[in-house]
Amino acid sequence: MRELALHILDIIQNSLRAGAKLIEVEIVEDTRLDTLMVLIRDDGSGMDEVLLERVIDPFTTTRTTRKVGLGIPLMKMAAESAAGDFTIDSRLGEGTVVKATFVHSHIDRMPLGNMADTISTVIAGNPTVDLVYRHRINDDVSGLDTRLLKAEVGEEALTVPSVIEWVKIYLKEGSSYLMEV
Amino acid sequence: MKSLDELRQLREKAQETIRLREQAGGIRIIVGMGTCGIAAGAREVMLAIVDELQKKNLDDVIVTQTGCAGLCEKEPLVEVLRPGEPKITYGYMTADKARAMITSHVVNGQIIGEYVVAKEDDVAE
Repeated sequence: MRELALHILDIIQNSLRAGAKLIEVEIVEDTRLDTLMVLIRDDGSGMDEVLLERVIDPFTTTRTTRKVGLGIPLMKMAAESAAGDFTIDSRLGEGTVVKATFVHSHIDRMPLGNMADTISTVIAGNPTVDLVYRHRINDDVSGLDTRLLKAEVGEEALTVPSVIEWVKIYLKEGSSYLMEV
Repeated sequence: MKSLDELRQLREKAQETIRLREQAGGIRIIVGMGTCGIAAGAREVMLAIVDELQKKNLDDVIVTQTGCAGLCEKEPLVEVLRPGEPKITYGYMTADKARAMITSHVVNGQIIGEYVVAKEDDVAE
């Protein structure tokens, strides 16, 4: 994968498979501290300590269609190649938090890529799940809270292509009026 | 700049679409979004489908996603379910192929044989 946004999309799929009803995605870029932080928090089924220890291993997966799970190891590798860090915290029955940090200016730090596409893909494919997306670059914040979006158009409207197109452009423009800052 | 007004105008159109869908029992398109699909370009395929449906005013078609289907080497995979017809799975999809699939299969009912990697014998509800 060539973009952090694709790794983020992949980690969100884990949250969805864990039955999450609310997923929070936070990106913080601080050019003064030269850091980039990505955090994905969900309220899904979570993992016990045994699975949590094994989950970094590519030969661990909960799926039955194939025997390897590469999502988490790939993102860990992306962070570690950019002098960063990768952690997962999880509690069974409560949810999971995945956090990756990067040295912003590191030559091997993957570009963030297209977060508007990642977030609108998740919304289009999973209209019943709530998603809070926040992207901070120094003092500027943009993002979207699908609960506010649903308050405007209704949940079912998130399955309508013209509404998803609106959301995609809203995100591309870096707006923030559909979120709580 | 996208405005809230514009979104509110879409709301009424969307509600009308949802009413029509309930009567017609529309077509469903499912995009594989596992690690394998994402790495192969499933996000671009998904958004190309949404964009093409919007351009063609096909708001009644429902697009959803699923995880890995076990055909990782053939990703991105796209399944098309037309009511009363067998499920068709297209493989090695790209944004352009997905747009062609909408015109041919979704609009005109013509399966694009060369993109098909699996065909289900059971008839979709």
